[in-house]
Amino acid sequence: MSAQDPNSTPLDRSPANLRVEVDRLIAAADFDSAVRHMAELWRREPAGATASFLTSRIDSIRIHVTLTKFRLAILRSFTVEPIVPLLRAEAFAYGIDIEVHVGDFNTYVQDILDAQSSLYRFQSNAVVLAVRADQAAPELWRDFADLTPEAAQQAADRVSSGYEQWIRSFREKSQAALIIHTLEQPSSASLGALDHQSEAGQSGFIRKINGDLRRATANFRGVYVLDYDALVARHGREQWHDERKWLMARLPIAANYLLQMAREWVRFIVPLSGRTAKVLVVDLDNTLWGGIIGEDGMAGIKVGPEYPGAAYQALHRTLLDLSRKGILLAICSKNNLDDAMEALDSHPGMLIRAKHFAAMRINWTDKSQNLREIAQELNVGIDSLAFLDDNPFEREQVRAALPEVTVIDLPKDPLGYAAAVRNCAVFERLTLSAEDQQRSEMYAAQKERSGAEQTFQSKEDFFRFLEQEAELELVSNLTLARVAQLTQKTNQFNLTTRRYTEQQIAEMAKRPEWHIFSIKVRDRFGDHGIVGVAITHDQGDQCEVDTFLLSCRVIGRTVETALLAHLAESAAHRGCKRLVGWFLPTRKNAPARDFYEQHGLTCQENNAEGSFWVLDLKKSQLRTPEWIKLKVAAETTGGKI
Amino acid sequence: MTSSTFEQVRGIASDILGVPVDKITADSSPQTIENWDSIQHLNLVLAIEEKFGLQLEPEDIEQMKTVGAAAALVDKLQSAAR
Repeated sequence: MSAQDPNSTPLDRSPANLRVEVDRLIAAADFDSAVRHMAELWRREPAGATASFLTSRIDSIRIHVTLTKFRLAILRSFTVEPIVPLLRAEAFAYGIDIEVHVGDFNTYVQDILDAQSSLYRFQSNAVVLAVRADQAAPELWRDFADLTPEAAQQAADRVSSGYEQWIRSFREKSQAALIIHTLEQPSSASLGALDHQSEAGQSGFIRKINGDLRRATANFRGVYVLDYDALVARHGREQWHDERKWLMARLPIAANYLLQMAREWVRFIVPLSGRTAKVLVVDLDNTLWGGIIGEDGMAGIKVGPEYPGAAYQALHRTLLDLSRKGILLAICSKNNLDDAMEALDSHPGMLIRAKHFAAMRINWTDKSQNLREIAQELNVGIDSLAFLDDNPFEREQVRAALPEVTVIDLPKDPLGYAAAVRNCAVFERLTLSAEDQQRSEMYAAQKERSGAEQTFQSKEDFFRFLEQEAELELVSNLTLARVAQLTQKTNQFNLTTRRYTEQQIAEMAKRPEWHIFSIKVRDRFGDHGIVGVAITHDQGDQCEVDTFLLSCRVIGRTVETALLAHLAESAAHRGCKRLVGWFLPTRKNAPARDFYEQHGLTCQENNAEGSFWVLDLKKSQLRTPEWIKLKVAAETTGGKI
Repeated sequence: MTSSTFEQVRGIASDILGVPVDKITADSSPQTIENWDSIQHLNLVLAIEEKFGLQLEPEDIEQMKTVGAAAALVDKLQSAAR
């Protein structure tokens, strides 16, 4: 990074110097700066010694700064004390101040069953039940060779029902979240290769207990499974385990992996304490693809199934996974909009497309300003944003300007990008509602539009970019219900606010002098379906607009002009000389007030009820805007009423 | 022991034991530093193992009675590994 902020002192930010700086800032009572330097120290050197340094400083500043308090009790069958400082330091990096209560060795059953135990007196927000297989299922773990299949089955059932009983008892006494470790598999199973040939082997029974545990937790609110076995497997069973420390100090986890245990707990604590991010804002060049689209072009950027483009596809999949959990995606990129959109829309290697993003800021503005706007547009707090950018300068700039934003550090190697996002606990969710699963789609179809709007020089540019297609059709049996519904519930862009039932619409449609149109709109972001209705009534050489309405989703995008132009054109075609219509004001339809005037109609009458407008069809200048592709169905598709 | 190893071990001891770096000498021990109990001794061992990528034997852990002895042990294990 060559760019250096001229305002900052050229400070050597080595871990040793950061320690000195933290202590200086605390002594100077500049606690907010101290917190930022402590977080930086932890990013640079996440290790046991650093954790001890930080926890003592957290203790000395905790009353001066705003941190989310969290009380965690750990019930355990092994030594967890050396993990506690790592846990507190890691949680601190997410803005959480954890107070930890550690239960005595192997007293977890008494602690859970006894309502007077220290566990319940501690009043925790969450309880971790960290019991290893050797303790939870000693017969299966140690003496498996001695067991008949029936005895092994009984032992497994006993373990499973024990867990269920403890959960039930815990829930009767406490509202705290309960996080239960699964049992780990042995490094090599009792009967070797043979063990894996049936579910009645040692590994099979441990798998069964873990399955039972998952089923049991599903019956209780706020009881979660931490897949300890998967965690150990991910890091390598034999690397994870330290037999010497186990025998010497009842610590089964090797020094290098204690941090991983702490991080796994934090994955639960972050969502439980509400410190999650709702939106991930991503950069484009060298983040979503390799290279710079504005310089390298479509053929030059790297993204696809082969190396090195595959690293970016892995990140795309990760982002799509987040989106499925209800986390919104947004773009903040310094780029030319057309270049960026071409890659997003048409590059064959892209797994993620413009439609997946709820907001976009593709411009040359300062990123922290864009992030503020994105938060505003999506109606979330700045502290709900996470930011992903390959450029360390942009990351530092955002960290300095918006300390509330979660800034994700990326490694140099793009192959590590996906993991960097997956490892970030702000994206953890412990439960998922149906709304979470649909949120991204809703926003992507809705909010993206207004986000795109602000990146254009003119309205016309934006309208062209939208690629709107409108389809006009006479009402049919298929569309009748929707047309009636729109007349009943459209309040804002509604010129007369006349409410009609399906029966009334059907009656009108049967008369030759009445024409009832519905309009469907599609654009580059998706299909909106039927969003507008117009009803006209021919009276001699005059065509009166009885109803003219548009759903607020598409107001202001000139669809209304296209619709009115078509009414005028078809009326002229039938031999009418004038198009006329009322504007009837209501408390809510101000957006439609100037519509007739803006489209060249003249006001002929103004009374207490409203205003009456006239268009001379011979002199009419009304045209469908060139950026809307208007299709008029010759016949109704759904069967004439 | 090399001076760079000693400086690193000293930094770790300072973090773990909560004592300023300049107050820690090669002779600092559980007798001279109040906080240095069995739990902190384990934390010190783990931090050293983590920092230098080592796994200490139980005998080594017991003999590691001073900061200087810890640094010397790290040097010995590192040269043996080379």
